Formats: sequence, C-alpha cells, structure tokens
Amino acid sequence: MSAYYDNQDLSRFAEMGADAPELWKKFQEWYSAVFAEGALTKREKSLIALGVAHAVQCPYCIDAYTEDCLEKGANKAQMTEAIHVASAIRGGASLVHGLQMRNVAKKLSM
Amino acid sequence: MSSLISRHHPLASSAEQLRIINQPGGHQRPFEEALEASGLHPLQATHIEFFQINVGKLCNQTCRHCHVDAGPDRTEVMTRATAELCMEKLAATDIPTVDITGGAPELNPNFRYLVTESKRLGRHVMDRCNLTILTVSSQENLADFLAGHQVEIVASLPYFTAEQTDAQRGEKVFEKSIRAIEMLNRLGYGRPDTGLVLDLVYNPVGAFLPPEQHAIEADFRRELKNRWGVVFNNLYTITNMPISRFLEFLIQSGNYDRYMNKLIGAYNPQAAAGVMCRSLLSIGWDGSLYDCDFNQMIGLTVNHGAPTHIRDFDYAALKQRRIVTGQHCFGCTAGAGSSCGGATA
Repeated sequence: MSAYYDNQDLSRFAEMGADAPELWKKFQEWYSAVFAEGALTKREKSLIALGVAHAVQCPYCIDAYTEDCLEKGANKAQMTEAIHVASAIRGGASLVHGLQMRNVAKKLSM
Repeated sequence: MSSLISRHHPLASSAEQLRIINQPGGHQRPFEEALEASGLHPLQATHIEFFQINVGKLCNQTCRHCHVDAGPDRTEVMTRATAELCMEKLAATDIPTVDITGGAPELNPNFRYLVTESKRLGRHVMDRCNLTILTVSSQENLADFLAGHQVEIVASLPYFTAEQTDAQRGEKVFEKSIRAIEMLNRLGYGRPDTGLVLDLVYNPVGAFLPPEQHAIEADFRRELKNRWGVVFNNLYTITNMPISRFLEFLIQSGNYDRYMNKLIGAYNPQAAAGVMCRSLLSIGWDGSLYDCDFNQMIGLTVNHGAPTHIRDFDYAALKQRRIVTGQHCFGCTAGAGSSCGGATA
C-alpha cells in the first residue's frame, strides 16, 4: 500500500461486514432508509451528503456523492453551492468560537 | 469533433468495439449469465410494436456521445428503393408505429416519403429529431410538414442549460434547440389538446447513469418554462451505450472500467424483462435487420434463424426471434433501464 487512501477501496466497503455481519446489516438497512425519498427528495439528500462529505473531508464520500448527485440530475452549480454551505458552516463554526476567545481574554485582562 | 471514421480511428471498426467490450476481465460478468439468473435466457422478442428505420448516418451535428458515429461527413443513406421496400413490407403487417431515426433522419431525401407513406398506411410516426435541424435553412418548412402529418417528435436535449448541452452536442446547440422548441410550440407541439406530441430525451453528459425519469422531467418542465418559456409533453431518460464515440470518450477519459462496472453492478432484472428489443425491429440504411439501433451500429444483425434483410422480411419469424445480446446490453438493463422510450422499470 503506497497511500492511506486508495480509490479502489470504495468498492470494497462491504468487507466491513466480514467480522460484524449483524452490525453491517443494520447499517446498510439504516443507510438505505436514510437516502430513500421522504420529506426530502433523493436529490436533496444527495446534495446534503455531498456537502457533509466535504465537511468531514472523506475522499470516498466525495467521489461517491459527486457521481450520485450527477445521477440524481444535479448540476455543478447546485453541487458547488452545497459545498459552499458546508464550508460556510465549517468557517462559521470556527469563527463563533472566537467568542470563547473573547470571553477568556476579557476575564484575564484588566 | 468529427466522426471516428473520418479520423481513421480504430473504434470506427465495429470489430474493434466488440473486442473491447467483450474482452474477459474480472469486472465483466457475462450478460448472458445475468439473463440466465433472471430467468430471461434466451432473450426472446414478444411482438413487434416499433418498426424502427435508421435512414442513415448523415447528420448536421457531431455529438460526443453518438452511438451511430454520425456526422456531416457520413454518406451512408437509405435509397428510395430500400425505403419503398420497407413500406411494402410494413403494409403487410399490423405493426402500429414507425420510428424514423438517423443521423438526422430529415436530411435523407426519402424522409418525407417514409412519413407520408407510413401515415397513408395508418401508422403512428415518430421522428427522432436533433432539434437544430429545424433551424437549418434548407429545412425551413420541416416543422410544418411534421405538424401537418401529426408526427410525434422525439427530440434530444441532454440538459436544460447551455453548458451541459453544448459540451455533449456542440457549440450553440442549446441556443438553436430552444429556438426549435419555440418554433414547435408555436405550431402546437408540446401543448395540451393539440395532438402534436413533443418528447424530449435526456442523456447523461458524462460517464454516469441517468436520474429518475419523473424527477428530471419535473426539473426540465420547470426550468425550460421559467427560463425560456417553452413546453414539451414527456421526457425520456436514455443511458449512454458503451459503443462508438461514447466508448471513445470513456477510454480517453479513463472512465471505461468504472462505467462498465457501474452498468453491470446496476443490472436490474425488471429492466431486462422490459428491454425494447423485445418489441422492436431495427432496419439499417441498407435494409439489414437488427434487434436494436445499438446492435445495428456494431454490426450485429438479427440471428438465430430470422431473416437478416428487409427483402426477406418474415413477420411471423421476426415476431418471435431470439435477440442477439452482448456486454453492451448492460446499458439497457442498468438501474431503471433504458430504451428508445426512456426508463423501462
């Protein structure tokens, strides 16, 4: 193995069921149910997944959900906006912690 | 972009295409094995609903995904004698629908004869139209002709934006396509209660499967109406077949293995049961008979004892012929399925 991430590993995901088949089965059923058409459309869920994939920086998920979004009829403008949403939340999450900095600084300062 | 044949590309040869798509490999589950597991082997025709005539490879466009390798440089077109033979054989059957395709079928000088004669025989006629042909100066009364003969237009439009459409079909194709739809709408096409049907065809602009037909149809309806004020009746999703110029794209872009794995992994027995070859006969520009337009483009004529040329047309034998299949057939059985009439499952 020459790298920590190998794109061929994505198609081997099911091997994670090898030593915990019941848990894998539950995960699969839950995963399928999550992405089924519901109060949100399949495409909306796929765009959320793409955004989250970027937030958690999972290359497998980015690969899978880029393709999935295209297969749900999404275009690059929609997919780019989804990534901006994820990025804005990540950025905002860092920035809002600035209040903690301000609180601590205020307490320590004269 | 130009045709494979004009570039002397190895993939212009159907033998080379078949060599690539049928080569053994770890990911290549044989199509026949998939059929067997679904209880569909051998795949048989059930009836003939569509008499699909491919009048030739001449086209005013050179789309990147074209399974025909059509283009302005192609010269193979159906002659009047073959067109008349097609109509003579059709007349002796009860096949309800004539589906005319190409290339740009309207460029064939016998196109209007085929439409007129098919209508005289009381058949429903479909024209697989690339839309831009309606904006070509030599075809200025084409739209009126189609409307006058109540021809159903099945028109290619891969997406509701110029970026995606032009990437697949060529520069300015989207703009011209919208102009053509406006022209058709003015004649009543796509509008309720006129009897003039305009269907659009979505093809993925890349190495992925189409979305669910109903979902993307709703997007097209909303976006085309809001952005351009144009309307249509139905939208069909069709999967790109791994042959000809789309095969060239898959190989060039390094997507071939991934795409084939995707098609094979998405095999759907329900879609396989509904494949269009079971209810269609495809006729080539030279009168050869095929199970579908894709088989036609890779040179696989009907087989298993059925006649292979229109002059030997045998309705009873062709109605129950065994279909010729190959690895490319996974393109019609993946996911929700794909046919000339869209999703099948």
